[in-house]
Amino acid sequence: MSDTVRPMSTGEDDGFGSSSLRANDADLADAAHLWKSAYVHIPFCAHRCPYCDFAIVDESVEANVDHRRYVDALVREIEMEDPFGPLDAVNFGGGTPSLLSSEQLGEIIEALRRRFGFRAHTEVSLEVNPEDWSTDTGGNLRSVGFTRVSIGAQSFDEQIMGVLSRRHSADATTEAVHSARVSGFRTISLDLIYGHPRETSASWAGSVDRALDLPIDHISTYALTVERGTALSREILAGATPPDGDVQAERYETFCERSSTAGFDRYEVSNHARPGHACVYNLSTWTHGEYLGFGLGAHDHRWGVRSRNHHRLDRYLEDVEAGIRPRLGTEHLDADSQDRDRFMLGLRLAAGTPASGFATTFLDSPEGTRLLDHGLIIVEGDRVVVTQPMLTDAVAREALSVSSYDC
Amino acid sequence: MDQSRIRNFSIIAHIDHGKSTLADRLLERTGAISERDMRAQLLDEMDLERERGITIKANAVRIDYTAQDGLEYEFNIIDTPGHVDFSYEVSRSLEACEGALLLVDASQGVEAQTLANAYMAIESGLEIIPVVNKIDLPAADPDRVAEELVGILGGDVEDVIRVSAKSGIGVDELLEEIVTSLPPPEGEPDASLRALVFDSYYDTYRGVVALVRVVDGSLSEGDDIRLMASGEDLVVDEVGVRRPSIERTKRLGSGEAGYVITGVKDIDLIRVGDTVTHAADPATDALAGYDEPKPMVYSGLFPTDGDDFERLREALDKLRLNDSSLLYAPETSRALGFGFRVGFLGLLHMEIVRERLEREYDLDLVATAPSVEYVANLTDGSSVIVQSPQDLPDAGVRASIEEPYVKVMIITPAEYIGTVMELVQTKRGEMGEMNYLSTERVELHYLMPLSEIVFDFFDLLKSRTRGYASLDYEPDSYRESDLVRVDILLNSQPVDAFSTIVHRDRATTYGRAMVKKLRELIPRQLFDVPIQAAIGSRIISRETVKAKRKDVTAKCYGGDITRKRKLLERQKEGKKRMKMVGSVEVPQEAFVAALKIGDE
Repeated sequence: MSDTVRPMSTGEDDGFGSSSLRANDADLADAAHLWKSAYVHIPFCAHRCPYCDFAIVDESVEANVDHRRYVDALVREIEMEDPFGPLDAVNFGGGTPSLLSSEQLGEIIEALRRRFGFRAHTEVSLEVNPEDWSTDTGGNLRSVGFTRVSIGAQSFDEQIMGVLSRRHSADATTEAVHSARVSGFRTISLDLIYGHPRETSASWAGSVDRALDLPIDHISTYALTVERGTALSREILAGATPPDGDVQAERYETFCERSSTAGFDRYEVSNHARPGHACVYNLSTWTHGEYLGFGLGAHDHRWGVRSRNHHRLDRYLEDVEAGIRPRLGTEHLDADSQDRDRFMLGLRLAAGTPASGFATTFLDSPEGTRLLDHGLIIVEGDRVVVTQPMLTDAVAREALSVSSYDC
Repeated sequence: MDQSRIRNFSIIAHIDHGKSTLADRLLERTGAISERDMRAQLLDEMDLERERGITIKANAVRIDYTAQDGLEYEFNIIDTPGHVDFSYEVSRSLEACEGALLLVDASQGVEAQTLANAYMAIESGLEIIPVVNKIDLPAADPDRVAEELVGILGGDVEDVIRVSAKSGIGVDELLEEIVTSLPPPEGEPDASLRALVFDSYYDTYRGVVALVRVVDGSLSEGDDIRLMASGEDLVVDEVGVRRPSIERTKRLGSGEAGYVITGVKDIDLIRVGDTVTHAADPATDALAGYDEPKPMVYSGLFPTDGDDFERLREALDKLRLNDSSLLYAPETSRALGFGFRVGFLGLLHMEIVRERLEREYDLDLVATAPSVEYVANLTDGSSVIVQSPQDLPDAGVRASIEEPYVKVMIITPAEYIGTVMELVQTKRGEMGEMNYLSTERVELHYLMPLSEIVFDFFDLLKSRTRGYASLDYEPDSYRESDLVRVDILLNSQPVDAFSTIVHRDRATTYGRAMVKKLRELIPRQLFDVPIQAAIGSRIISRETVKAKRKDVTAKCYGGDITRKRKLLERQKEGKKRMKMVGSVEVPQEAFVAALKIGDE
């Protein structure tokens, strides 16, 4: 593994994946805008978690799910895609991508490499559930090309894991991390979910400390969100206590203090990394970079067009097998909309978003002035930065109201 | 038509007691309308009337009825509104009639407004046929209700007609009773024309349509007419009746009611209450007219988007074409910008006007809490009329404040007498007479400040008597009261639109309740928002809307930026219904919070 510093992208063969810049570095964010990545959606799950509204295939409900057929479809969809790349990052999300065998995952990686090409340091990342990890998992994943794993710990408090319907133990998470480290992944990330009404501040602090004690390079913390149509939302409609935004804000602050002490930089609302370990795919998304999306319900963004795939498995498979792109819809963005989207997305970054283009209009507007006056945004050098990441959407909404009468 | 075979009558009823259904049934029975064309509430034309099940505007429909004596009779049903806000319209309609059906729900009994309108009909010398409706409902108690009616009108329980307008029971009997009990009109067919304008409305294509009742003489198309009060001379373009579809009759004889079109576009030229006569052969004395309806409550109406001010003005101008009781003048608020101070006949009128402005004219409005008209007497001996609390002169130059009082009539089941008395007392009411309508129902009279009624009195009365009590009121006099203005400050800045005039004894309680209510209504913002209530410079209450701490989604599923942006856009739309006051976003309902603080 090479950890040499590469401050700027210099050529065809070089990405930022191996740079040791701090994750919140503005140069990194600027470079990320030009990166190209691919997202691969693996929809299979052993069961649906109560808070999840993603496009998944719940194998506890659907009988005889054919993984092979899906992998073949993915490969075919990749082959149908227009030229793109070389890729700076590939991210396998889900669903539970670790339900596929490493051979199947390897076939998909190979298809991507054949079609688009990789750089020397292309980040190839996989979301893994701890219960799917066994002693040879790490080696197998490394051998088919993965450089990064993101382990879905969610919590280290068994009671909270219970209410979130997670089926692993805290020890399984710990073992997976150690095993992955030994297998030689460049980056190991953990996912945590906070702010369930049953969670206490002590429980959260405990989970945070256990996570930060592990040999990891990256950590994502997600506030539990009630999405429409989920089991969680039904419980709340039936009278269960909903998550409390103030409490979640406190938990977030607790986390930021502790992770910062442990050497992590917050670079996006929910993402924190040690120097050199910012997630390439993630940064690319939030800097309005271009990415392809493959698989069920996947989204992509290129040439000013955002498209999304079918989120029903039968439709997806039928289209791909008939040689048709499995598109459900597309949205064309004109130059102004692209400019505004880049601004809005960039607000989520600790490095902020360039104070040019739409940003200038916004900063001059009554809405922008008011936010500046109240210190919710600041201009640092040539960038606009949100000072309270937990209020990012409020700032974005103000920005949207400016764009509506400025167009 | 021979005048002896004309019957002009109104139907007096409380809301929901079945007036429109009965009118529909009469139309159907006499063949004025086939069952196939029947739709509920035929006479109520406005969408709002149908939706709310109420009648707002008066209306006149002619039907022909062949009675058991074999003769054909002409009935003119003059429809009247049933709500206290529109009682002046009732009085107008009654002037055009010789009789009235007093319609009462067999399970509800007589309500205050029905009683008030019945008294009005008796005073106008109308013959009244008592009718109990909905006798086929399980909860019906027609005997008790008939006794109540006899207690009010005199006569015999047997004379009370029992019907079910819905199923048609008793309707034939009622039609006969109209022929035999109600007197025909008494005008002079050969005298000079005198016709009373009892309502008018504006039609986009035809201009002003006046509803008239010919008392003496006759009125034909082509006649040169004069409006006796305004002195305006006009030519009659068209004369006709509604059946209920429009039928051009070219002539209206004495005793008949119908419509007149002159092509005039300015509704102020044909005022309701004026007398129509012939220009060449004018009558000497005009008919007794009406007093102009006087607004009882005032409220500020402001467009949420300041650019809509002109559109609001145009919309008000248009609404006034059909509602001459609507008075308005431009008003400026530091908090809300440019708008209008609008006078209304009551709270329902206010609600209806606002709804029509928003719905028919696509305006987004902020309404301020209603206020009555005060008189401030100043130390220099002069006095000022105050329609908006923000216009109240400073305490230093004020000698006294007078406020309008109203005579209130409440009808309630006897078991709630104590509850009602207690409530009225907290609203500064002074007890007057008390009469038993029957052993179970009581009529209570009070003198009360109107300001107490326009707040939440009606809702409180309803909720404390489980919906059984009813209320009617009429203006009485102005009286001096110990009143103060309570101001509300947001972010330490006074917001004029929130100022309210209240009695000194209640000022602190009111201030606290108002601040608390506003804290509930104003959403958390990106910074703390202190809310204070003050009398002059003295702060009497304070609460803080704490800054919100979290407003962000954790992640964006699979790069679905489109969905993310759409969500933000939807949330932003919600914000549009907020008014920016300084740097605080205030929801529209906050401006009428004073109405919602109840008896906290």
